[in-house]
Amino acid sequence: MKLGARTGGQSRGIATYFEEASERLALEDGSRVGVIGGGPAGSFFAYFALKMARSAGIDISVDVYEARLFDQRGPAGCNHCGGVVSESLVQLLATEGINLPPTVVRRGIESYVLHTDVGRVLINTPLEEKRIAAVYRGNGPKESEPVEIAGFDRFLLDLAISAGANVVRKLVTGFDWDHGRPQIMTPDGAESTYDLVAVAAGVNSHIVKTLNSRDADYQPPETLRAFISEFHLGEATINECLGNSMHVFLLDLPRLEFAALIPKGEFATLCLLGDDVDEELIESFLATREVKACFPGNVVPAPVCHCFPRINVRAAVRPYADRIVWIGDSGVNRLFKDGIGSAYRTAKAAAKTVVFRGISRADFERGFWPECRNLIMDNWIAKLIFGVTTLIQRVRFLRRGVLRMTALEQQREGRKRLMSSVLWDVFTGSAPYKEILLRTFHPMFPLRLAWNLVAGNVVRTKEQGVREEAQ
Amino acid sequence: MSSAGLGKTYADGEVIVRQGETGDCMFAIQKGQLEVVKHSKDGEARVAVLEEGEIFGEMAIFEREVRSATVRALGEARVLTVDKKTFLRRIQEDPSLAFNLVQMMSRRIRRLSGEIADLRPGSVPRSQDTLALTEAERQIERRKRPDRRVNSDRRTGERRRGTERRGVASASAKKD
Ligand SMILES: Cc1cc2nc3c(=O)[nH]c(=O)nc-3n(C[C@H](O)[C@H](O)[C@H](O)COP(=O)(O)OP(=O)(O)OC[C@H]3O[C@@H](n4cnc5c(N)ncnc54)[C@H](O)[C@@H]3O)c2cc1C
Repeated sequence: MKLGARTGGQSRGIATYFEEASERLALEDGSRVGVIGGGPAGSFFAYFALKMARSAGIDISVDVYEARLFDQRGPAGCNHCGGVVSESLVQLLATEGINLPPTVVRRGIESYVLHTDVGRVLINTPLEEKRIAAVYRGNGPKESEPVEIAGFDRFLLDLAISAGANVVRKLVTGFDWDHGRPQIMTPDGAESTYDLVAVAAGVNSHIVKTLNSRDADYQPPETLRAFISEFHLGEATINECLGNSMHVFLLDLPRLEFAALIPKGEFATLCLLGDDVDEELIESFLATREVKACFPGNVVPAPVCHCFPRINVRAAVRPYADRIVWIGDSGVNRLFKDGIGSAYRTAKAAAKTVVFRGISRADFERGFWPECRNLIMDNWIAKLIFGVTTLIQRVRFLRRGVLRMTALEQQREGRKRLMSSVLWDVFTGSAPYKEILLRTFHPMFPLRLAWNLVAGNVVRTKEQGVREEAQ
Repeated sequence: MSSAGLGKTYADGEVIVRQGETGDCMFAIQKGQLEVVKHSKDGEARVAVLEEGEIFGEMAIFEREVRSATVRALGEARVLTVDKKTFLRRIQEDPSLAFNLVQMMSRRIRRLSGEIADLRPGSVPRSQDTLALTEAERQIERRKRPDRRVNSDRRTGERRRGTERRGVASASAKKD
């Protein structure tokens, strides 16, 4: 029996607390924790749970089940994603003492270029510093750089191992309950019973649909099909054509929600999010003049690899029960942005809960769910913001005003960067959507936007930096 | 340095924070070494050498004081800025974010108390952390109020400053 009361309190108050705790499910010395999936959520969870348990004086063991070998190049080692580690996550990790080494960061991003059919504008960070990391999740695309590169997921898994996690290189193929405890099954017929299981299998695995809590009220997240491809351009060409900027496209294409071209070592990653991205949408996107202009000679080369991963667009229902919790993409995630940052948040909230509160449904409700709820509420605001972005995408009159306002802010030193900061945070996912929305309530925001709408469409002065192209 | 690293690259001797300036961020060293120097009317003294992975300037996050020392690059270095806003926004939701900072600050206090124990050999035994800490606090208090020290006992003050500089030099030599 690995679970039960934590005893040993000396004062009367503490004794009473522990008596109450004896009724609760909690981790104690010798407890076994299983984690399904060694992507960001699984590794963050293992790392924080082990670190916190040590500081709380509890000796637990954590097995992380991950069959993917992140050292492999190409799809086999990759957890298909754009590979942008947001500005806020980079800073939070540094505060936690986790600094991403240059072997993991394939390029430090210091600015964004917003491409529209009425021109493009460069948005710089106020500090002019590289605080966004472009990484490979695995060991780079097929035929990638002939250098020793460590992928981001490998780096995080190593971090978990350094904290004491044990990696089980097996796929989880079955899940059951053994006398009230979660049990994990693997293809070799092995069955392991745990005191707690954290499900961090993402949304691209069948296992998520087959896992159920005993109460059977977990419902997996809703997902959409996205698209990623990698182009081999060579470092010199990337420096020349894309630089250290992430390129974001606001184009009037039906079903397209967000498109970005992310420069890395010798490759550029194209990432399309939208309403079930398909070949037709990809082709019409690649055929636009704005996209072609980002490649040498205005020709989009053939990609070295591509995939259609799924993205979490609606949170799972009740991602917790007694002795089981769903974290990262399998549970609740931030809409369209900073998925790795959300994995960090939910994984850490779950780790804190299991170490300092307990592992019952009620403990997760109090300790873990508030973090998920914050993300869900913010996603409602995100829907509003993306609604406005779609409107801008559709209406050229609006695009001109937004572009002009941003370009002027970028050109004039000391000018308050109202639109630039809103766009920056919408694209980088660095601030909560609520905060971004509140920023648009600044009294100067509507005034300046109104003026730029007029000036950009009626006065039509030629601004340096806004390259208006005749249609 | 390559395009792969994060943060901003500083050339040898370039200043990252300047003593006396106000600040609203802290920093994490991504690569290289930095030196911390204290300026006084007697000149400047190196008080510490910071290594890769260390965080500094965290006081600006917690209090509205000016920077207490100048930090500059020792050779080429890359440093990441952590905004006060990002940190405070997140710490509301996750107070445990401060764990690492608290650990780092307590390590620093421990190191400082050791260094101060070195300043007065014989009077503060190395092993007695508590005594060393009390002494460290007294020294910091004295440094904060140089005018008082000069008024109350100018000669002792001069003597102490001399010892202080020797102590600091020996401490930084050890680190180097
Ligand atoms: C097109 C696209 C672009 C994106 N771009 C970005 C971006 O630029 N920045 C960003 O922050 N986020 C981005 N995201 C979101 C991001 O990829 C996810 O939010 C993040 O990967 C979630 O981490 P996770 O650990 O929950 O899941 P995953 O990263 O999916 O990891 C799940 C892990 O579980 C393992 N696993 C699955 N099933 C089993 C099993 N049965 N047994 C054992 N192991 C198993 C998998 O091998 C995998 O390693 C993007 C998503 C998409 C679809």
